[in-house]
Amino acid sequence: MMERQLDLLIVGGGPAGLAAAIPAHDAGCRDILILEREQHLGGILRQCIHSGFGLHIFKEELTGPEYAQRYVQMTLERNIPYQCDTMVLDIAPDRTVTATSPVHGVQVFRPKAVVLAMGCRERPRGALGTPGTRCSGIYCAGTAQRLVNLEGFMPGKRIVILGSGDIGLIMARRMTFEGAKVLAVVELMPYSSGLKRNIVQCLDDYGIPLLLSHTVTDIRGRERLEGVTVSKVGPDRKPIPGTEIQYDCDTLLLSCGLIPENELSKTAGVTLDRATAGPVVDQHLCTNVSGVFACGNVLHVHDLVDNVSEEAEEAGKQAAAYVAGTASDVRLVAEVEDGEGVRGLVPRRITGTVTAPVKLMFRPANVYKDAQLETLVDGEVVATRKARIFTPGEMVTALLLPKFLPQDGKCHKVSMRIVQ
Amino acid sequence: MKREITCIGCPMGCLISAEVENGSILSMSGYTCPRGEIYAKQELTTPERAITTLIRCAGATPLSVKTASGVPKAKIPECLAAIHAAKVTLPVKEGQVVLHNVCGTGVDVVATRDISGSWLMVSG
Repeated sequence: MMERQLDLLIVGGGPAGLAAAIPAHDAGCRDILILEREQHLGGILRQCIHSGFGLHIFKEELTGPEYAQRYVQMTLERNIPYQCDTMVLDIAPDRTVTATSPVHGVQVFRPKAVVLAMGCRERPRGALGTPGTRCSGIYCAGTAQRLVNLEGFMPGKRIVILGSGDIGLIMARRMTFEGAKVLAVVELMPYSSGLKRNIVQCLDDYGIPLLLSHTVTDIRGRERLEGVTVSKVGPDRKPIPGTEIQYDCDTLLLSCGLIPENELSKTAGVTLDRATAGPVVDQHLCTNVSGVFACGNVLHVHDLVDNVSEEAEEAGKQAAAYVAGTASDVRLVAEVEDGEGVRGLVPRRITGTVTAPVKLMFRPANVYKDAQLETLVDGEVVATRKARIFTPGEMVTALLLPKFLPQDGKCHKVSMRIVQ
Repeated sequence: MKREITCIGCPMGCLISAEVENGSILSMSGYTCPRGEIYAKQELTTPERAITTLIRCAGATPLSVKTASGVPKAKIPECLAAIHAAKVTLPVKEGQVVLHNVCGTGVDVVATRDISGSWLMVSG
């Protein structure tokens, strides 16, 4: 069995992995390897053929394949080594990485630092508790997107979509463009977590109804899906009897949330956060395991890929510094907690001597209009920001200025909350 | 004619009502910021959409394409039909024009990815 020592191993060749590799290389770290389980670099963006990517990083609107290609190009220009078609099976707490591929068989790597950039996966039917038969014709929206956009197959002709996140909305238009009839998009919550732009341009433009406070309460079909029952739900999110609507359809797409894919983080001994389902990291994207960093959707599910690239850049720089022996001090100076209306703050830990503003990101727990975001240090409000609206679909970024964090060697409590 | 649109400028999603006659706005209300006003004027008089879709290539992965800029919203079905019927010879390079002046809109359709000539249907 091959065994190799190297400086930096990056698990995942999607937007996060590539955006981490590039600054690590530029910082002088040359012994890098990116492992990617697909046969191409680029990750999920390859199948996201719609546009809307890159407005922040490249100041222009790109499609997913175009955005991915820019990072692939930057990786190739630097001759950063990568290996596709390679599945990482295990990461040990001492950072020993075991991978397998058809070409190389089982490989063992002993890197000085690891960047976790495995991304996320879709919440499947089994996790939703939807009743009904186990017929074919039920797909996660992203799987359908892959089938249509990359493999050239149409999953069906008459479609109901459960969940109104952006992937579900984008797929409603995509399936319509490919000649299918999208009967409805059904959303359990009283609001959509998708962007307004997608609701208008993917549903309203094509007269596709969005049923808020509704859910699928039955799935019918023996071999193939024949129809679904949709019911209105009350404020308790329980179906209301007598509100059933029947749809004859051959396909049900599920767009019901994304889950960071952290099986490998667990084998490495990385502590995970309950709210984000991703690793607990400090402001340098460093996990509790020395030399293991995390970025992108494996850390927390992002709304914009531009934010992934930015976060991954920091992870790459920090991993390179760790390899060079110039990593920042990891002494804990503050723990970060979610307050009222705030879910999944990243980072959870602030370490070392804080000289630069710490960027904190989270998702609002609900829709709040004309509300105020408050930052608290040890229970005292130190900063406030007003906004006309906070919604779960749009991540909020806030900066914690160093002057608000007493540098007295003690561990402080930082939190954020939304008040109306 | 009375029309209602949802503003896409921000998550507020203001509902804008307007009276539109022969492509000119007689009255408009519901927007709450200057961006909303600009959006509503454009959307009510000359709505445009950039299209992203696929062109099938025999034996290869579908080619993802986009219109280089927005086309009139009313022409979307016509443009889609023309794009889907277009024939593409491989190899194709990202940025290459695969259809000129789609449906007389003055807008070109360009490839958004590379597909090499020796593409084998294995992985997408």
